[in-house]
Amino acid sequence: MKSASFTRRDFLKTGTAGSAALVVGFRFPLSAWDDPAKGQETKPPNPFNAWIRITPDNQVTLILGKSEMGQGVFTSLPMILAEELCVDWKQVTVQQAETNAKIYDHGTGGSGSVAGSWVPLRQAGAAAREMLILAAAKKWEVSPDTCKAQNGAVVHGHPERSLNYGELVQDAAKLPLPNFKDVPLKNSGEFTIVGLDKRRLDSTSKTSGAAKFGIDSRVPGMLYAVVARCPVFGGKVASFDAKAAERVPGVRQVFSFETAGRGASTTGGVAVVADNSWAAIRGREALTVKWDEGAAAKESSEELHKQFIDNAAKPGKVVRNDGDANAALENSNKKIEAVYELPFAAHVCMEPMNCTVKIEADRAEAWVPTQAPQWAQSVIAQTANLPGEKVVVHTTMMGGGFGRRYQADFVMEAAQIAKKTGKPIMLLWTREDDLRHDFYRPASYHKLQGTLDANNNLTAWKHFQTSTSIAAKWRPDGDKKPEAGEFGTGTTIPYAAPNIRIEYTLAHSSAPRAWWRSVEHSSSGFVAESFIDELAREAGEDPVAFRLKLIGADRKISQFEGEPDSPPLDTARLKTVLRLAATKAGWGKSLPQGEGLGIAAFFSFESYAAAVAEVSANANGIAVKRIVCAVDCGRPVNPNGIRAQVESAAIYALTATVKDAITVERGRVVQANFNDYDMIRMNEAPVIEVHVVNSNESPTGIGEPTVPVIAPAICNAIQAATGKRLRRLPLRASDLA
Amino acid sequence: MATTFTLNGEAKTVDVDPQMPLLWVLRDTLNLTGTKFGCGMALCGACTVHINGEATRSCITPVSSVAGKKVTTIEGLSADCSHPVQKAWIEEDVPQCGYCQSGQIMSAVALLSKKPNPTDADIDDAMSGNICRCGTYQRIRKAIHHAASLQAKA
Repeated sequence: MKSASFTRRDFLKTGTAGSAALVVGFRFPLSAWDDPAKGQETKPPNPFNAWIRITPDNQVTLILGKSEMGQGVFTSLPMILAEELCVDWKQVTVQQAETNAKIYDHGTGGSGSVAGSWVPLRQAGAAAREMLILAAAKKWEVSPDTCKAQNGAVVHGHPERSLNYGELVQDAAKLPLPNFKDVPLKNSGEFTIVGLDKRRLDSTSKTSGAAKFGIDSRVPGMLYAVVARCPVFGGKVASFDAKAAERVPGVRQVFSFETAGRGASTTGGVAVVADNSWAAIRGREALTVKWDEGAAAKESSEELHKQFIDNAAKPGKVVRNDGDANAALENSNKKIEAVYELPFAAHVCMEPMNCTVKIEADRAEAWVPTQAPQWAQSVIAQTANLPGEKVVVHTTMMGGGFGRRYQADFVMEAAQIAKKTGKPIMLLWTREDDLRHDFYRPASYHKLQGTLDANNNLTAWKHFQTSTSIAAKWRPDGDKKPEAGEFGTGTTIPYAAPNIRIEYTLAHSSAPRAWWRSVEHSSSGFVAESFIDELAREAGEDPVAFRLKLIGADRKISQFEGEPDSPPLDTARLKTVLRLAATKAGWGKSLPQGEGLGIAAFFSFESYAAAVAEVSANANGIAVKRIVCAVDCGRPVNPNGIRAQVESAAIYALTATVKDAITVERGRVVQANFNDYDMIRMNEAPVIEVHVVNSNESPTGIGEPTVPVIAPAICNAIQAATGKRLRRLPLRASDLA
Repeated sequence: MATTFTLNGEAKTVDVDPQMPLLWVLRDTLNLTGTKFGCGMALCGACTVHINGEATRSCITPVSSVAGKKVTTIEGLSADCSHPVQKAWIEEDVPQCGYCQSGQIMSAVALLSKKPNPTDADIDDAMSGNICRCGTYQRIRKAIHHAASLQAKA
């Protein structure tokens, strides 16, 4: 168990009912949350009751507990199941499971869906296949060893006879379950689906307009609600005047409500309930609300920056200490120091938060675009005063997740409003609500110091960070202990150094923080891979060669304070992606004046990612023209899907690198919409090339691991192009003047 | 007040606030949910529809302004995803979360109707009003070129 840190990984495990054995690390003392160990089935369910539905006409439906938010699990997970089940890929359709913690591990995040489902779904598919084979063997009165499964049928003998799965399923489902641990799995050489490029199964519905997202939920008799929330973090409604709002045609009801407790983003607000979204939005515009803004009204980004500087002037709490980095720094005549800063960042799902809830006397039903349907279920159950099993949560398609939809704040609001009105309610957030009431990626400030010996070997690495920690928001004992988790894998340093010191100081902020695509890795990757490049330049060595030299021989480095089951960082795999990205990008090629190449590589979510950015930069502008990525995420289940995720992560990170910051003034977020918090658009989107290592290792994460390498690759390229080093995100061309 | 317009080839009359944006009339009044809400300020393009063939942001278009006009939404492009742009989108495996893609497709269809063989610069011009947070731009660009060739063959 990690000493004190509370990572998203722990959250995913505690927040979902994967299995009791997986529940490690910190546990929420959370009454709103059903104990995940309760009602747990220790035995795997019958696959025909859980994941696989085969109809007599031989249609195969695969039922998935995970949430599809764009990352492609509705294609990659069925590929795994279909592979072992031996069905024709064209036979397969996919259905979202309803929330049932006894069967499904619903929580979707941490780049963990394929990694975490790889073995269980293979076992489930193989178990079902063996049961189908046995059913056929019994029918034919032959040994099951003489039968085999192929293309959705069991075949036997010469001349071959065959029964399709539709003809066998009723008998098969009644057979005793094989032991999942012993069920024979295919050799990778036999794979006919896994490892091949497959197009998404959901692209037709997402091209015709038919795909139903949360916001498209329609329930007879439903009303639409929007909420006026205090713009200041933690502020409350003091009083409100609803008269003008109530005069807006279509407005039905205006009332205040409170939300509280873990998971609430605000303290509640004033709800405007109307016949349609537009009337609700207009009603809110007509409201007059007096806010009790509270203590946070004094906070600002400027004040936070001063806190950072003050904190950095003093030693932090020691997170890691190998050798004596302070003495090495004292005694070295070849040392550099650099300070990096990252702002709050918003998730910005294209589909704003929304939730549709219907509460009746003895049951409730909800349609929720959520990464955490079980949390949604327990929040609604608590609000409606119902047992959890009386609440049916339909997880809908979602227009982006990126960690934002792990939260249940919007579910909490919708449940309150549904309860108060007694009507089915769709709660709708506007873009302004989304940007101003997010759970932001923490703002952070880093001081890096390093020393080199006469041969330009790294002799000391010191990393001080101060940030508005996620754990401090979510962990009851707050800031009492040093936080290895605040660094992501930034504490597991692949570059050999005898003296390593890592320190941390919490900075205070009332801004809600939580998991943003790649979480702490996004900042650790930026600073570590920027600083190693600065050291390479200090050494006068090529940044690729310098990294390879310092990584050194093939070795496995245990993750610093990792989970007991965390695999080590394998330097051979890290070097492979570094070399692959460099080679494919034409590292060393000559470029016109003002253009440059920069590289970065990072290990996160148990995967390896490297990127080479090609930029053109001067004081008038920074243009990222091309990004070449190399990734090793273990065995590639769907290489096409992996490329899509890497392309996506690169654009997501590019937005955070070169577009806007979330800033705070008078305790409130300044930015409100895409005019002041813009995204990368078509005209700025670089060419992205993705090279996937064809590994035989178990699959690992891919939705996030590319994010941490983009900003440093760009900053390193800017230095190559201009000789200037940018260390503060988002980048501003004016800083190159 | 009643407003009459042609929606995907059919006459429609709606009796709503004339200032109500077309987006909400489509989604909430007519229950045609393929057109999406993203920003409410014509900044993201998720709500793009065609009004008399022009790509238009429905989130800031009062329904009264479409009286007597022809409105086409994603649902009106084809009954079976057979429009060349939809085919190209599927073949290039463009969508990820898919939320912005109705708007992207409507912008692309409008572009191709004016410029059957667009250059990359034409694509930048026509498509930069449509945000894709999943970052599918490269595949959208490829799909537009692909759709152009499908249309040329048709």
